[in-house]
Amino acid sequence: MNIRFLRQLFTVLLSALVLLAVPARAADEAPDALIKRLSTEVLESIKSDKAIQTGDLSRIIALVDAKIMPNVNFHRMTSMAVGPTWRQASPEQQKRLQEEFKILLVRTYAGALTQVSDQTIAIKPMRSAPEDKEVVVRTEVKGRGEAIQLDYRLEMTPGDGAGWKIFNMNVLGVWLVETYRSQFAQEISTKGINGLIATLTERNKSNAKKG
Amino acid sequence: MGLKLITVPTRWGGLLLVMSVLSGCATGPGANPHDPLEPFNRGVYRFNEAVDSAVLKPVASTYRDVMPERVRQGIGNFFGNLEDVWSFVNNALQFKGQAAFDSLKRVGVNSVLGWGGVFDVATEMDIERHTRDFGHTLGYWGIGPGPYLMLPVLGPSSVRDTVALPVDWKGDLVAAVPHVPTRNTATVVRGIDTRSGLLKAGNMLEEAALDRYSFMRDAYLQRRRSVIYDGNPPEEEVVSGVAGSAEPTEPEAGSKPTDGVTETLSSTGVPGEEKAKP
Repeated sequence: MNIRFLRQLFTVLLSALVLLAVPARAADEAPDALIKRLSTEVLESIKSDKAIQTGDLSRIIALVDAKIMPNVNFHRMTSMAVGPTWRQASPEQQKRLQEEFKILLVRTYAGALTQVSDQTIAIKPMRSAPEDKEVVVRTEVKGRGEAIQLDYRLEMTPGDGAGWKIFNMNVLGVWLVETYRSQFAQEISTKGINGLIATLTERNKSNAKKG
Repeated sequence: MGLKLITVPTRWGGLLLVMSVLSGCATGPGANPHDPLEPFNRGVYRFNEAVDSAVLKPVASTYRDVMPERVRQGIGNFFGNLEDVWSFVNNALQFKGQAAFDSLKRVGVNSVLGWGGVFDVATEMDIERHTRDFGHTLGYWGIGPGPYLMLPVLGPSSVRDTVALPVDWKGDLVAAVPHVPTRNTATVVRGIDTRSGLLKAGNMLEEAALDRYSFMRDAYLQRRRSVIYDGNPPEEEVVSGVAGSAEPTEPEAGSKPTDGVTETLSSTGVPGEEKAKP
């Protein structure tokens, strides 16, 4: 019972990918419309791409870079996960942290993409005021078994035509950024920022060896 | 640590005291306010990992490799159906009419049309599953989780959820089987089935987590809290770029989440509530 959520956590992965699947588009698209379009497009491209279904990592990374990343504020995502120490990091360190964190996430979630089959995405009604700069879009991934809760937190990018960008996501009630925050804090408190970068790099290398 | 102790009801005091003596208090940099028993918990976690890699994981892997998928699916469905009975009770205890009704319908449909629960017909019919245990019920009525607790073999828990466990066992239909060999067999099969369902998640955890212990802890605490609020918990903190502490706060005892199905909750407006928080 207590570990039941772990099983669901895996299912999440697949949804996570779906989540992030988002091509850039028109500026004044509403956040929920954006999520709906992106989810649909990502699901479609996975279903039609045999290479992704068999776990071809380079194809998955290409999909992530082309469709998902343009709609994610990964700078903010990483800075939130790193916490207050982020401000003390040099621009070079910040860049390295973002690179390694991204590889870790993409690699981890790559397996989930191969699980996508007959899933559909339902967008839940959103409550927000027109002047809101941050919103939560709540969705459900429906397939076999229980529906999976998958929520996105988006921010309105300042400036014309920049549109909404995702900076956090929630799978089954678990926020991605929050889940990495205390692990990052642990590394930083014992080994410093460079220690965290080194740990991330090593982890990515050892993950890559596993194939 | 001292403050934490004061906030938990006295009946937990004994347990906590034992834990504290066993563990010593976790203080110093990096100590997590939700996990004052971290040194003790990490000890239990290492024990669990050892037991798992020596026994549970190999057995579950063999089970997965030997048993056809359809059979495993049926076994999982069967135990899931029994679990839905207990979910019905707990949804009822939380006065969640729709969720309780759904649970009851699921049990009825799956027991009759699904050959005693072996086939999950209810899900095909879009009858939603609302899995709830007694720890959720206590949480719903305002009892905070207390310190995080890693239980031997059973894994992640909290003081509240551990206190609720004996009640869950009372409500467990497998434990109520009078024929001892049948009961024992069912308990073992269920355990293997549960572990085999976690094999992929375990591999993923190994890749995704820098520290599996804290990854699991943070995910567990967030997940439990989310379910108690039906997937829509109030904001715990000001979410901003780099400011703010990472520490979530539990609802005050006595304040309980608004009732209801997801639709009700979503219409009460999450973003609005967030802004209302100081």
